[in-house]
Amino acid sequence: MIELQGQVALVTGAGRGIGRAVALELARAGADLVLCARTQAQLEEVAAEIRTLGRRALVATGDVSQVAPVEAIVAQALQEFAHIDILVNNAGIRRDAVLLRMKEEDWDEVLQVNLRSAFVCTRAVSKGMLKKRSGRIINISSVIALMGNAGQANYAASKAGLIGFTRSVARELASRGITVNAVAPGYIETEMTRDLPQKAREWIQERIPMGFLGQPEDVAKMVRFLSAPETRYVTGQVFNVDGGMVM
Amino acid sequence: MSSIQEKVTQIVVEQLSVEEEQVTPTASFVEQLGADSLDIVEMVMALETAFEIEIPDEDAEKITNVQEAVDYLEKKLAAA
Repeated sequence: MIELQGQVALVTGAGRGIGRAVALELARAGADLVLCARTQAQLEEVAAEIRTLGRRALVATGDVSQVAPVEAIVAQALQEFAHIDILVNNAGIRRDAVLLRMKEEDWDEVLQVNLRSAFVCTRAVSKGMLKKRSGRIINISSVIALMGNAGQANYAASKAGLIGFTRSVARELASRGITVNAVAPGYIETEMTRDLPQKAREWIQERIPMGFLGQPEDVAKMVRFLSAPETRYVTGQVFNVDGGMVM
Repeated sequence: MSSIQEKVTQIVVEQLSVEEEQVTPTASFVEQLGADSLDIVEMVMALETAFEIEIPDEDAEKITNVQEAVDYLEKKLAAA
């Protein structure tokens, strides 16, 4: 599979979970990778795996919700690879609490990491895409944006914000050959869902028509599809990868 | 025509995909040459690259035709 050969993908939150799976999947499809996150050690592990696949990987640590580090990362990436063709805004956290117990910091931090980072990274990367008249931007939202979830008002708001962001930027950049789409994962087996109490897990499983939680790779394959040249006419859409949880 | 004006005209022709005859010094980028807001952003980026300068957003907003671009660039390049 070499459909993405010669292309460069920047993935935020690439150290673990869905971001890690996306980075590896894009590398398997032939892309070179710029891996971003705050923790270097995990990124180095992913980078090593990518290099064994015969692809190049640049590790770039920094807070992707802040302009200065993102500009530094993009400059470093352009120096190394000369272009960025695919941007995957995946960095995300959750700080769950019922509304009445939710602290302002919980709200602000989740909005900052999940939503502001997409704005900051997309603004920085799209400049080069404009000049090339091509690019792929994929924002990792969540089915929680569509269905809501008790205890996740901040997370749901940030992920729903990503969908509005996706559609607006898709309209702005469509005439320049740049597609912008969102992928909305359901419940996926990652560190983020690992600590769910058994009862909650059973409750969730009952609500997934397919009856089981997804794997990070299930999401990664959708991201690869949206990164490929075949999907040049697909933009401004939200793709659920959720075992049928939201229909 | 000054060399700055030639260069600016060339960039406008390329960025807005218009004929050179249309790009008179006072032809408005938006009303007469059909530029949308993204075209303007891209044109300013192209000017920045061509003249190796930075054009702040508040300055860019005031540039609406070739003459204004040339005047701005002459001032900016003289100051540099």
